[in-house]
Amino acid sequence: MSAFVDPARMAGHSGMEKGEVLLRVDNVSLAFGGVKAITNISFDIVKGEVRAIIGPNGAGKTSMLNVINGFYHPQEGTITWRGKVRRKMKPYEAASNGIARTFQNVALFKGMTTLDNIMTGRGLKMKSNFIWQCLHWGPALKEEIEHRRKVEEIIDFLEIQAIRKTPVGRLPYGLQKRVELARALAMEPELLLLDEPMAGMNLEEKEDMSRFILDVNQQFGTTIALIEHDMGVVMDLSDRVVVLDYGRKIADGPPDEVQASQDVIDAYLGVPHEH
Amino acid sequence: MEFLIETILSGLMAGVMYSLVALGFVLIFKASGIFNFAQGVMCLFAALTFAGIMEKTGLPWPIAFVMTIGVMVFVAWAVERFVLRHLVNQEPIILFMVTIGLAYVLEGVGDILWGSDVKVLDIGLPSGASDYMLDNFNIYVEKLEVFAALIAAVLVGFLAIFFQKTRIGRALRAVADDHQAALSVGISLQTIWVIVWSVAGFVALVAGTLWGAKSGVQFSLSLIALKALPVLILGGFTSIPGAIVGGLIIGVGEKLAEIYVGPIVGGAIENWFAYMLALAFLLVRPQGLFGERIIERV
Repeated sequence: MSAFVDPARMAGHSGMEKGEVLLRVDNVSLAFGGVKAITNISFDIVKGEVRAIIGPNGAGKTSMLNVINGFYHPQEGTITWRGKVRRKMKPYEAASNGIARTFQNVALFKGMTTLDNIMTGRGLKMKSNFIWQCLHWGPALKEEIEHRRKVEEIIDFLEIQAIRKTPVGRLPYGLQKRVELARALAMEPELLLLDEPMAGMNLEEKEDMSRFILDVNQQFGTTIALIEHDMGVVMDLSDRVVVLDYGRKIADGPPDEVQASQDVIDAYLGVPHEH
Repeated sequence: MEFLIETILSGLMAGVMYSLVALGFVLIFKASGIFNFAQGVMCLFAALTFAGIMEKTGLPWPIAFVMTIGVMVFVAWAVERFVLRHLVNQEPIILFMVTIGLAYVLEGVGDILWGSDVKVLDIGLPSGASDYMLDNFNIYVEKLEVFAALIAAVLVGFLAIFFQKTRIGRALRAVADDHQAALSVGISLQTIWVIVWSVAGFVALVAGTLWGAKSGVQFSLSLIALKALPVLILGGFTSIPGAIVGGLIIGVGEKLAEIYVGPIVGGAIENWFAYMLALAFLLVRPQGLFGERIIERV
């Protein structure tokens, strides 16, 4: 698996050092009609860390990820990505600037094989022109082989060799989640957004997934922002945690500090509150 | 015996023409999950534009052909810009309704631009019977139909490689499967849609040209789209080879049925045989011969 590690490229394609602020959201508010999904939230993600976003159902976690990766455009606030302030991201921009993601309810290309799914993650890096591609020859073929090699390394890394040629629609859920991670990794992202990577998994699968997430973070230096409900997992994996409730930020800090916060305990145990 | 072979051959050739129309449907369905009701009208519109440009400007046909491709790319762009862009993530049925509207718009625009007279599309395609076949085997074969079959074969080969092997092809299939996921890996929906509709426009132009050369460019051309439906049901909506095989089966089937079953039930089977076949097929194999199996994990 180490053949695939190329820290210079994986971690440093923006030239940012570990510990610098990679992404910052400032006073972001998002509403759908009269429904406020996110209200005035600010936090940052630091290069090289594992950042967890937690909160009860409907707290606005997924909406937050959608804002970061450009699916939603906030009505207020700004997003600063690698020091560049912008009002909104576009999904294409986010992807080509090194933000990859997975989804809560597995969004894979179901009719395609595992291999093809992961290859789509290389799409932005493939440059050969249309004519060569159609001929499937010359520079296009060379490029295809080169990227295929990269994809095979990711397949090895995530231990999914056996399902390489299987249409992903036929795979069990846990493996689909893994293929989705593989596709995101194929983009060699600088920031990886994981929306409930362990939802619906059994203990063993959760352990595998945790291991992969940590490996990605440590070996490739990929910054990770993840949403997760399993508190054990969150506390183990993350460096810093931001807690949302009803679209507001109620805590932000290291796991043990957050865990001890009275607001967080109230939010999870359901104390009557006035909003 | 010769008569049987002749019937089968003419059925095959007619089938190729159906296949060409069906191909356009498959392309758009495969890459965007939309059943494009306007595909038949696109054939008409492309042929009409082609014939119209030649008629009005007197340019030689290759130049007019290239200009028509340009027009079809423009149509693709306009469809994306003014229609599809606003309907991302909508139900397939809504998109389907939109294509019905589109069919009327294109038909109207074609009428306004080029008039409603039947146009002759004379671009020097081979015509008449093949002497070689007639002399040696005593079988009557239209040269144009053989030519159409060759064109279809080339197109299919090209499209199959394009879809299966290239980055753009992969992106097309990705978009068909899941808009959100496609966006997240940096595929631009807008670009992909313009590409797909352009390719479908090109296929429509080829199909329209061949049909037009055969029987003149006229508005009833858009009705052949209806014959593409049973072809698709037979072959599967997502399969390029399926469109071809489906077309051939329908073509041969209806000719044979007309001649051998027709007299028993009073004739004119050719008009409805394809639909009956498709209906029967739906009961047995709803995804078609080559379609993707519908796998639903519960």
